[in-house]
Amino acid sequence: MSDVGRQRVPLTLASLQGDRRRLRREAALRRLFLGAAALSIVISALIVLSLIREAWVFVSQVDLASLWTDGWFPRRGLYDLKTLFAGSLIVTLIAMAVASPLGLGAAVYLSEYARPRVRQALKPVIETLASIPSVVLGFFALTFISPEVVRRFAEEATLANLTAAGIGVGLLTIPLIASVAEDAMAAVPDALREASSGIGARKVTTTVKVVVPAAVSGLVAAFIIATSRAIGETMVVLIAAGASGGSLFSLDPLREGLTLTAAMATQASGTDAVVGAALTFQSLFFVGMLLFLVTFGLNLVADRFVRRVRQKY
Amino acid sequence: MPVESTTPARPDAPRLVRAPDPGEEPASGELFEVCDLSVYYGSFRAVRDVNLRIPERCITAFIGPSGCGKTTILRCFNRMNDLVETARVEGRILYHGVDLYDPAVNPVEVRRRIGMVFQKPNPFPKSIYDNVAYGPKVAGLKGDMDEMVERSLRRAALWEEVKDRLKASAMGLSGGQQQRLCIARALAVDPEVVLMDEPCSALDPIATGRIEDLMEEIKTSYTIIIVTHNMQQAARVSDQCAFFTTEVNETSDTRTGILVEFDGTEKMFSTPSDERTENYVTGRFG
Amino acid sequence: MAAVAPHPRTAELVRARLEQGKLDVAGTLFRWLLVGTLALSVGVLAVLLIDVVTGGWGVLSSRLVDFLTSADRTSAEEAGVFQGLRGTFWIGVFTVVLAFPVGIGAAIYLEEYAPRSRFTRIIDINIRNLAGVPSVVYGILGLAIFVKTLASLPDWLGGGPLTGGRTVMSGGIIIAILVLPIVIITSAEAIRAVPDSIREAGFGVGATRWEVVRSHVLPYALPGILTGTVLALARALGEAAPLILVGAVQGRLGGGPGSLVDLGQLQERFTAMPIMITNWSGEFAEGFQDELAPAAIVVLLVFVFLANGTAILLRNRYAKRR
Repeated sequence: MSDVGRQRVPLTLASLQGDRRRLRREAALRRLFLGAAALSIVISALIVLSLIREAWVFVSQVDLASLWTDGWFPRRGLYDLKTLFAGSLIVTLIAMAVASPLGLGAAVYLSEYARPRVRQALKPVIETLASIPSVVLGFFALTFISPEVVRRFAEEATLANLTAAGIGVGLLTIPLIASVAEDAMAAVPDALREASSGIGARKVTTTVKVVVPAAVSGLVAAFIIATSRAIGETMVVLIAAGASGGSLFSLDPLREGLTLTAAMATQASGTDAVVGAALTFQSLFFVGMLLFLVTFGLNLVADRFVRRVRQKY
Repeated sequence: MPVESTTPARPDAPRLVRAPDPGEEPASGELFEVCDLSVYYGSFRAVRDVNLRIPERCITAFIGPSGCGKTTILRCFNRMNDLVETARVEGRILYHGVDLYDPAVNPVEVRRRIGMVFQKPNPFPKSIYDNVAYGPKVAGLKGDMDEMVERSLRRAALWEEVKDRLKASAMGLSGGQQQRLCIARALAVDPEVVLMDEPCSALDPIATGRIEDLMEEIKTSYTIIIVTHNMQQAARVSDQCAFFTTEVNETSDTRTGILVEFDGTEKMFSTPSDERTENYVTGRFG
Repeated sequence: MAAVAPHPRTAELVRARLEQGKLDVAGTLFRWLLVGTLALSVGVLAVLLIDVVTGGWGVLSSRLVDFLTSADRTSAEEAGVFQGLRGTFWIGVFTVVLAFPVGIGAAIYLEEYAPRSRFTRIIDINIRNLAGVPSVVYGILGLAIFVKTLASLPDWLGGGPLTGGRTVMSGGIIIAILVLPIVIITSAEAIRAVPDSIREAGFGVGATRWEVVRSHVLPYALPGILTGTVLALARALGEAAPLILVGAVQGRLGGGPGSLVDLGQLQERFTAMPIMITNWSGEFAEGFQDELAPAAIVVLLVFVFLANGTAILLRNRYAKRR
């Protein structure tokens, strides 16, 4: 090596090791980012711990008979779980009945039929619907859906009822189903559509018999995610299903009702110390844990389906 | 038996088959007549002024370097270009004397009679049986489905290999088997014509050989038009060839595909009439 | 090869067969059905917006400024959303200050530094699960940590009976935690979309991982990251359930509005826009449900749509550039 400016000292291991300070900075930054990522585990752990700690108190001390009574009156020591499950079930069923056809239909149209410009114009509209806060939908459910839609067909419904809340939650869930389902169908390769058209299948046949079956894992994932979201929705139910009035067990969707989520919210609102019978405070955590387990389980199942979609293509 | 080439209509035009007068009945044994066909993508003309006659029940190959519009022209025969937003077709393709691009013609019906095998095998993620049965079911063909499936698989020389696992997923087959399955699927609706878009380009030589043998077998029952990059394949398999190339448009700096020569295969490869054809088949370019 | 000339009648036969089936009844019905579902969804959105705007129009057109600067009152003619605006403002601040850096940092780790190990996969699954946890459960977390645990800490650490521990801080922190998974997931996607060739170019000249990230990856991924963070912010502004559990006040607040950024307010009990909307929706006194609530909704929607619209614009410009 005879060039001017090049290192004349013979090359050693040390010269290839790099600047100490740079290396230390790299390592420190790496640890910083790792900490940020690991924080998510800390949060999960905290959620689980805080739930378990108080829920365990509840479970170990509760009088089992109080879990099957006339209604959910935690301040009086009545923790009838079936009231809450009935409420959640009814709201979720109605929500999925509303959201599934609308969301799926919109997704199929956008994915298979709409021209690119139409799709570009409509996607932001759906995303706008997705961004509406749930309190707004709760207001809408109480002041519009209930009088104009529910009570028009069923006059005996109370002002606040589970059906209106269910429809509100459904509206909230439409964009979620639409976007996940659309992604699932977009992932189906065009080669399959071509193969079907090439044999002389009409568009509707290709869509229904080739594309949808090929995307089915993603569609199932969409429904499960949407169900999980519907179960976890609080504000719409709180506003539109008349939380306190729904504490008595009832299967009537035209009356007020209480879901797992709304029960937690009404419990904790306003007062500083949750007063009442001994386990009132802990019941809150118990319901929270039930809710967490249900949604967690659903999300795990949905995740499996999403991964199956990714593997295929 | 190759078609005889006719003298050019205009001495300065590139060598091609005489363009038919409108309304004239096609000469004997000819299934397709392509008249002044041009394909546009938006305002860009991808291929221009193609005139061809495709005879019945033999193998016609479209050859030429990449980008000269062979696949574009092929896809006109079964109206697959309809599926592309910006594509526009000018000119006519007469099939049994009927213009395929007549507005009254239903493209779905066209595709039931003119089938297609694609470059990359694209079986449905269903069972082998369901793949083959899909076409007849969709077309509403009555009859014993099991028998139809077996017939198609036999014709595609795949039956012996899959007869014991018809319910297995088609995705578990090898590349060559999948392509033969796609051929079986195309044959199941009993088309008159099979279009093949570089069917062997994704396959290994052994699988390619089997498909070429298959083509020889079925050409007695079907008219085959194949697009191929592989000159040797065209020489092996086809009865006549259409050679395409691109011409550069000076003003807009784009390349438009044109048909240079259409002739019997033997003649085209031994004594081609056009210099460009000769350069291509002898390997001097492309 | 066939030697027979095609019969003139063949053309007629073929034409007849090729022209059949043009009227595809089932297919057209199906298509209109699909359009119908889309129209219904969009239509409901329109009805909702119209309903809310017409309901709140009276208040907004007659006394907008007063509405935005007044405190909540018992009389509908004088009540305003100022306290809600302030609470929502601080929630936004906490989200930006806490969730954005931590979320982007976590995304950087996951996409740039993390090896393909079990630990990384666990973190990934974990984040996805957290994204699906109902907001009310985050509220419980807040209740457990801030209200109960911190309340028992000594005074100087921020604990003690500081209004029972319920402060805008706990609400802000919990909502920041709630949107953290969203920030992580969208930022990670944006970083993943950066082509490897860009990284290789950086490494090729001897840059370290962080230098490559800082000068090549992040600038390229910035629009996508911004989109994700703005979406997260829009979500944060609209959340109510966690605030209820952490003790946002339902009902009337005493005291005057104060200024928007008066830090002393940080320690008071507080409320936010979504909470005020909830209260007013259920309030049967004259004017609250039919006028004030929709007016407050319009104000909130302005912010949420602004944030969302910005995210969409960013994404469009980002897509065009590539």
